[in-house]
Formats: sequence, C-alpha cells, structure tokens
Amino acid sequence: MFKMLISRFAAAIPSLFGVLVIAFVLTRALPGDPAAFLAGPAASQEAIEEIRSTLELDKGLMAQFVDYTRNVFNGDLGSSWSTGQPVLSELVSRMPASIELTLLGLSFAIAVAVPLGVLSATRPGSWIDHGCRLLTTAGVSLPIFFTGLLLVYVFYFLLGWAPAPMGRLSLFADAPPSVTGFFLLDSLLAGQWATFVEALQHIALPAINLGIFALAPIARMTRASMLGVLSSDFVRTAKAHQLPPRKILYGYALHNAMLPVITTLGMVFSFLLGANVLVEKVFSWPGVGSFALEAVVISDYAAVQGFVLAMGIFYVFLNLLIDIVYGLVDPRVRIAT
Amino acid sequence: MNITKHYFQRLARGWVALAFVAALLGSLNASAGRNETLIVVREQGANSLDIQGLGTNRPAYGTSWNVYDRLLSFGVKTAANGDLSYDYQSLKPELAASWRVSEDGKYIDFMLRKDAVFHDGSSVTAADVQWSFARALAVGGFPTFQMKAGSIESAEQFEVVDKHTFRLHLLRDDKLTLPDLAVPVAAIYNASLAKQHATDADPWALEWLKTNDAGSGAYQVEKFEPGVQVVLSRFDAWRSGPLPKMEKVVERVVPSSSTRRAMSERGDVDVSFDLPPKDFAQLIDNPKVKVQGIPVENFMWFLDMNVNMPPFDKLKVRQAIAAAIPYQAIFDSVSYGRAAKLFGGEQAQPTSIDWPQAYPYNTDLKKAKALLTEAGYPDGFKTSLYYNLGLATWSEPIALQVQQNLRQIGIELTLEKIPGANWRGEMGKKSMPFLINDMGGWLNYPDYFFFWNYHSQNGVFNTMSYQNPEMDAYIDAARFAPDQASYIENVKGFIGKAFADVPRIPLFQSNLDVATRLDIQGYQYWFHRQLDYRQLYRK
Repeated sequence: MFKMLISRFAAAIPSLFGVLVIAFVLTRALPGDPAAFLAGPAASQEAIEEIRSTLELDKGLMAQFVDYTRNVFNGDLGSSWSTGQPVLSELVSRMPASIELTLLGLSFAIAVAVPLGVLSATRPGSWIDHGCRLLTTAGVSLPIFFTGLLLVYVFYFLLGWAPAPMGRLSLFADAPPSVTGFFLLDSLLAGQWATFVEALQHIALPAINLGIFALAPIARMTRASMLGVLSSDFVRTAKAHQLPPRKILYGYALHNAMLPVITTLGMVFSFLLGANVLVEKVFSWPGVGSFALEAVVISDYAAVQGFVLAMGIFYVFLNLLIDIVYGLVDPRVRIAT
Repeated sequence: MNITKHYFQRLARGWVALAFVAALLGSLNASAGRNETLIVVREQGANSLDIQGLGTNRPAYGTSWNVYDRLLSFGVKTAANGDLSYDYQSLKPELAASWRVSEDGKYIDFMLRKDAVFHDGSSVTAADVQWSFARALAVGGFPTFQMKAGSIESAEQFEVVDKHTFRLHLLRDDKLTLPDLAVPVAAIYNASLAKQHATDADPWALEWLKTNDAGSGAYQVEKFEPGVQVVLSRFDAWRSGPLPKMEKVVERVVPSSSTRRAMSERGDVDVSFDLPPKDFAQLIDNPKVKVQGIPVENFMWFLDMNVNMPPFDKLKVRQAIAAAIPYQAIFDSVSYGRAAKLFGGEQAQPTSIDWPQAYPYNTDLKKAKALLTEAGYPDGFKTSLYYNLGLATWSEPIALQVQQNLRQIGIELTLEKIPGANWRGEMGKKSMPFLINDMGGWLNYPDYFFFWNYHSQNGVFNTMSYQNPEMDAYIDAARFAPDQASYIENVKGFIGKAFADVPRIPLFQSNLDVATRLDIQGYQYWFHRQLDYRQLYRK
C-alpha cells in the first residue's frame, strides 16, 4: 500500500510540471496588452512602456518563465489586477467557497442519482426507469446557467423561498470564525446555529443547480453497473438460496456495483469544478470560478495563471485520491500493484 | 450490510429537512438596521481604494469619491428631465471653506476648513493637500494626466502657507484649473498616516493605500473584499457638508444582470447601478421600481472613419456612409431609447454650443448611393468594421445593423472583433479603417472633447486620424477664449467643421441609468458616473 502511494506520487510530478508550463504558456497566448490596459485610456506610449518594464513584461518569454517558476516555488503567484490583491491570498480565500459548493452539489447528486439508478435497474422498462431517463437527460442537456436562472426565478423571484442570490450569507450576517473556510462546518464548530441556517439557505439553490447537472452520469452509471451485477452468478446464487431481496440488493449487489460509480464520481467532481464558473456567476458566489472568469476577460495574467495552476494541482491530487479510494474499495487493485 | 441503506435514508431525510428549513426561514431576511442601510448591487466592484493607484478601475472612482474629500465640489441643478444632476458651472466648498484668486492672477489660496478631520481623528492640513497633489503628479499615468488637464503640472506649484492655507501657483490662466480640483483624482490623503506605510521602494504608499482608508470623506471603509463587496459606514465627524442620512452602505457585486434585475423587482436591493439598457427599458414598466437616468455628459457612441485610409479620404464617401446608417433602428434596438439622439439635426450649421448635439444626417439610401457614385464607387467597395468585444452588448448590434444597411449601397463590411484588453492598443496604432467606439470627457466642455478627439495633435482618441488646421484654430481659440462671444463663435466653428467634414458619425448619447426602490430619494447624476451616497436617503 505504502509503495503504491509513493509510486503514485512520483507519477504525479511530471503532470505537475506540465501544469506549470501550460499555465504559463496559455496565459501568454491570451489576447490583449496588460500594460496598455493598466495604463488607462489616456496614457501615452511612454507611460505604457514604463508600466511594461515595471511588470517585467519586456523580458523574453524564457526569462519570464524562470522568474515565474521561482516565484511559484516561493509561494508568490503575483498580484491580480482585477482585484488588486495577491493571487495566492485571493485563491486561498475563494477556494473554500467553490469547494464547499461543489461538494454539496455532488452530495445532492449522489443522494438523488444513486437511488434513482438502483430503482431503474431493478425495474428496467418501467415508468420509474423512463422518468429517471427523462430527468437525467434534461438535467445534463439544459445549459447550467439556464437551470440556475430558472431556479432563481421560481424559488427566489416567484415563491420567495430562497434568499436573494447575493453570495454565501445575507448582508447583515458575519462570516463564522474561519477554520475550514466551509461556512456550514465553521458555523457548526463555532456553535452559531443561526449562521449555519443562513449559510444553508444561501448554498441550497446553487448546490442543487450544480447537482442537477451531475445527475445524469451518476444515475446512468449506477443503473448500468447495477444491471450487470444483478444478472451475475453470485446474485443468482443468492436468489437461489432465498436470501431476502433487500439483502441481495443493498448488501451484495450495490457494493459490487459501486466501483465504476466511484470512477465516475471523480470525473463528475472535476467537471463540476468547471461548471462552477457559471453557477457562481448566476448566484454571485465569491468562489474561484467567478474570479477566473473576470481575470480572463481583462487578460489578468497572474490571476489566470494562478487559477490554472491551482486547478491543475487540484485535479492531479483528485486523481491520486481516487486511485487510493479505488484500492480501498476493491482489493484486486491493491493486489495488482 | 445495512450501512448503505441507512446511508441513503439518512441522506434523503437530511435533504428533506434542509429544503424545509430553507423554505421556512427564507422569508426571515429583514434584519435590524435595514432601514439605515443602503444596499447597492452592481456588475463589477472596486479593485482598489486608491484612485491614484495603477490600474484602478471605474467602480473604484465611486468608492474613492465617498471615502475621500476634495478641496472643492460642484453644486446641484435640476436636469432637463427633472432629475437631479451636479452642476459643472457652480463650484462649492468641500475641504476648502473658501478660496481666493490673487489679484495678479498668479496663484489661488485655499482656506481649509479648520474642523475637518481624517478618519483617524487627525486634522486635515495644507501639508496633506500638498502631499496628495504631489502624489497625483508623481505616480504617473491617469492621475498625472488628469491633473495636467487643469494646468497642474509640477510640484513646485504647491505651497503650504500655514497649517490651514494652501497656495496653488498658476502656470497660466486655465478655466479648467478649479473644476479639476473637484474631480476624484484630486482626493486629499492623510499624509502622515500614509507616510508611516511608505517604503523606499514605494515612497507614495501605493501598496498600503490600495486596501486601506486614509481619507476624510463622509464614509469610511468598514469592509473591503474586492470582487465581492465594499461596506461603508458613515463618518459622524464629517463636517464638509450636511451629514448623510444613510448610516451604512453595502455595495455587493452581482455579476449576472438577470439576477440583479430579479432582486430589484423583488425590492431586496435599494439601488441597482449600471444595468444594461434593455433591462432598464423593461424595469420602467414595473410600478415597484423607479428608473432614473440622464444622458451621460460630453459622451457619445459613434462610428469613426480613418481619413488617411482610402476610400475614407474622400469626403463624398464619408457623407455617403453618414447617409446610410440606420440611426433610428440603432437608437431603438441598442439603446432602447435610453439615450439622446445625435442624428437628424435640422440645420446644416450649429445654432447652439450645446454638446453633444444632433448632426445633420439622416438615413437616406438613395442619396447615399448617389454620393457614392459621385465619389467614383458606383459598385461600392470592401472594408472592415472594428469594434471592442469588451463592450459587445452595445457594439455588436450596432455593427450588424450598419453592415446590413451598407450592403444595400454595395459596401461589404467584414466585422473585426477586438478583445477588450487589446482595444486600447489597436486605437493607438490608428490602423483601423472603420470602427465603433464610445468616448466621454469628465470636464463638461466641448473644447475639451474636441481637443482630445478632433485636434491634429492626433491623440489616442482621434481614431479618425483627422488633422485640419482650420479645426485646430477653432479649438485652440475656444480653449483660451478671452470672452464668451468669441468662445461661442469658435465652439460653433469647430462643431460646424465636424458636421461638414464628418470623419466621425455620432449615433447616440446613452443614459447613465439607475434603478432604485420607490422609497429611495435624492439620486444625483455625477460626471464620474458613479454613485454619491451622501445624497441618498430613504423616505
């Protein structure tokens, strides 16, 4: 097990270097001249050149890359021009908001999609199966910002159940003392029940919005994998021994069907982080997605670089984590390595 | 192995409970302090608290305006449509209780208010004024440029006469000098506080002031989270004017315009600022929302033709195009009528010095075709129309309609979209034959606008590369006109020249629109196109 961990970590290093290079090259490929942008519309050519040299954008690409790599290793990701803050602190303060949202969205998706998948696998061709297909297809084919706007329209605008989509808390609430950065957890840790409720109200719609998008792959994968398992020999044997159907279904079949679902979850989690960008925009969520979107629009090099780098690292570690979980769930994977 | 089953049951129960709690408590949002708090939503938030800093964005002008004071400010007037507007013709005291121009016209003395204090409690002195102005000149870029627009060019012009008297030595008689001290850039900083945070590498404390408040304004910064929110609280020791009524201002960034509109319609926010015209046009029918707006002063959307690039060097070609633009359709579908028309003028020569004013051009495709034939292009020609993708909500529909109409007289346009960050660079190159742009000047003088746009100094805004000695003569004469009669004559002169030569085709002068709740009063238009919270109150 330990050996496996080491080898997985080692395999992640080239990917991390690749991420570093791509983050750098991609941002240089962005259109626009940051020096001219910063100098403002009335600046003279000399003023622009002056800013260019203060930003060290007049150096060669290779030299810029060396500087950049050195700074990254020193934990310095530069300063964002759109918010005026250091990129690192910007990412650190915004990342928990995005991750909390993504995790909650994913939990919602799992809570709905796995039972749905199991139900439609046990009753293939029934109305439940068709209903499930309809729901998941709709979820994945409606553009995410559209579902978001629809949710806002119905639950905020028409019914007034949800609070104004203005971020993580209402205007008069103070953020709980930061431990994890997840407001739901932090408020509970601090015993601030009212803040917890408030955070929950605010995160509910965006999380459901994200979750709807993730229903389809999870439900389809659960169904397919469950169908396969249900027709396998060991289930037939269990049935022949007249074990209670619940025990067969949840005890044996589901456990065995989970493996491909876990792989799917990893994939879904990563594309949810991407889908965050739009959900954050609709719900004014102060996460990394909205930060990155703004940064791309104005060619905010440092911010885009920092975002790509952080996301890249995050994905690499996510994959690592899934590999490890896989080994825990399925002994065969452990033995093979 | 009942764990999985339990797990699902627990999860399902959890979600039902969550939904229930959320629904139950959703309506309990009105908390204490709501009446004394002004809630503002806007698309983009301030990126800095320091207007003199590098790369400070437009929303930050507004924050600075409320957090810092200036020596002078402007009075109020009622605009043509009944809304309140600042009055550029009346200067009033802010930090300077009074001022006096010396008899020889060589300097101006500003007598500072003796009771004015900064947010840390120290009093505002002439030394602070000197330091702040010297800083505006030293940091370069936009602040320096703006100071120079009022003939404030060197730190040697500043003198501390005594603790409460500041003297500004004048380089020349410039009517823009005093108004220029009432623009956001001329903010007065707490010099001793800022100096404590200055370093050898950063002598003007640019880094520290980006996120810290060193002002004496009516509001102080309580929370500053760039890209999320700015929270301001009233500074009760403020003496530069009547104490504002709102105790707290929360300015939240809500990037999605649909979300902003929904919040306005539900009455959850007091002010929604800078909504797109389409949303404003629809909100106007909502009885629960008040929409106000007046055309942005000294501002226009226009089409520019580069007179150095054939066939736009031919006057007849330019006139043909000016006759082929679907003005009314653009006005209706792009500005949704939330603008003033800059086309269809009755007279071929200007009858007033109002600016911007309607140019004498109308849509007349027959005439356009005839002019094009006379110019030697009976079959039309091909060229490219450039526009800024950063302002695509405006420029894209304009481009499409212009393209469609010009096709009818044989001119084929290729649309070239330039990313927002590139636009400034493209303007500087002067290589675009035909383009859509907008432009506005803070100081509301037509000669100021013409100096930046039509003068042969060929500044960056002169994207038509227009150079004409006759035009220059009018502009220069108007800028330093000795009396009103000659001013009027010269202003009419350069406007008339712009009518006749038509290197630029104005389209419309769009509104600065703001949507407020019905109980919010006192909204006032400002030249910097940001909100002044000092005048807003709840009825």
